Amino acid sequence: MNHSALANDIAVTGLVIGLYVHDQDEAHDFYVGKLGFRVHTDARNGDYRWLTVQHPDQPAFQLGLFAPQPPTVDEDTAKTLREAVAKGAMPPLVLVVDDCRAAYERLRARGVEFTQEPTERYGSVDANFRDPSGNGWKMIEARKASA
Amino acid sequence: MSDRTRHAPELLRRLLRAKDRMDAASHEAWPVQRLARVSHVSPAHFARAFKDAFGMPPHRYLLTRRIERASALLRDTDQPILDIALQTGWNSLGTFGRTFRDVTGESPRELRARAQSAAHALDQVPGCFVSAAQRPGLTIAVSEKRRREAGDTVVAPNKKESP
Repeated sequence: MNHSALANDIAVTGLVIGLYVHDQDEAHDFYVGKLGFRVHTDARNGDYRWLTVQHPDQPAFQLGLFAPQPPTVDEDTAKTLREAVAKGAMPPLVLVVDDCRAAYERLRARGVEFTQEPTERYGSVDANFRDPSGNGWKMIEARKASA
Repeated sequence: MSDRTRHAPELLRRLLRAKDRMDAASHEAWPVQRLARVSHVSPAHFARAFKDAFGMPPHRYLLTRRIERASALLRDTDQPILDIALQTGWNSLGTFGRTFRDVTGESPRELRARAQSAAHALDQVPGCFVSAAQRPGLTIAVSEKRRREAGDTVVAPNKKESP
């Protein structure tokens, strides 16, 4: 079945994708204070906090920093999710940068926990780091378009 | 849920740090003391907690990473097998070859021949995910695997590594 005819059927003007984090204050300090994101929305309702951040270079995209907690999930499920995050079992995240080595030096100096130094593979360079919760990011400098 | 002991996220995060360190330098020696120090856990509790968290003991996890890395080097480079063995944390070609076959079911040479003849369409996937997808699933100890296979095929236990 050919789906390509549907591709432009709905105009999408923004995107929010959420992460589960161990502690929203800690995640805020990491994403804002170390990675250079800015707070887009920080709204509280009782114990619930909708917190999204955004990179100034990617204004159509918001990264949600959410705590697994009731009432969105029950307490036992929340516990399982917190464990999964802490074990690094959540899906991979990718940050595409223009200079992986320079970004590595800068972020490392700010105390970001790298799990792999910049490594060149087939012309692209990548490094890995984790946020304080355990979410794993791969920072990739794409292969330059060949001239 | 499983009947494994569940640990607090704070401890799991520290155990993950030990796993990350093995991932980053799987060719190095990782005695329990060293791993326990990374995780700020007592050596007596480390191995058990690691297994609870990640489903296999730390030394076996390390073995899967070494085999994974060796497989990648066999596939992607033309380096001599001895060099690959030494680079990935083994002290001898014999131990490497035997362990490799026990875990993967084929010798390093066989894997290299098979992998290099197959065309790969994995260029678009970041290297570590390709590599992780090809990590051997080692659900039992290598010694147990050896024992079962010896039982199945009646192979003499000291059978020499094929060249």
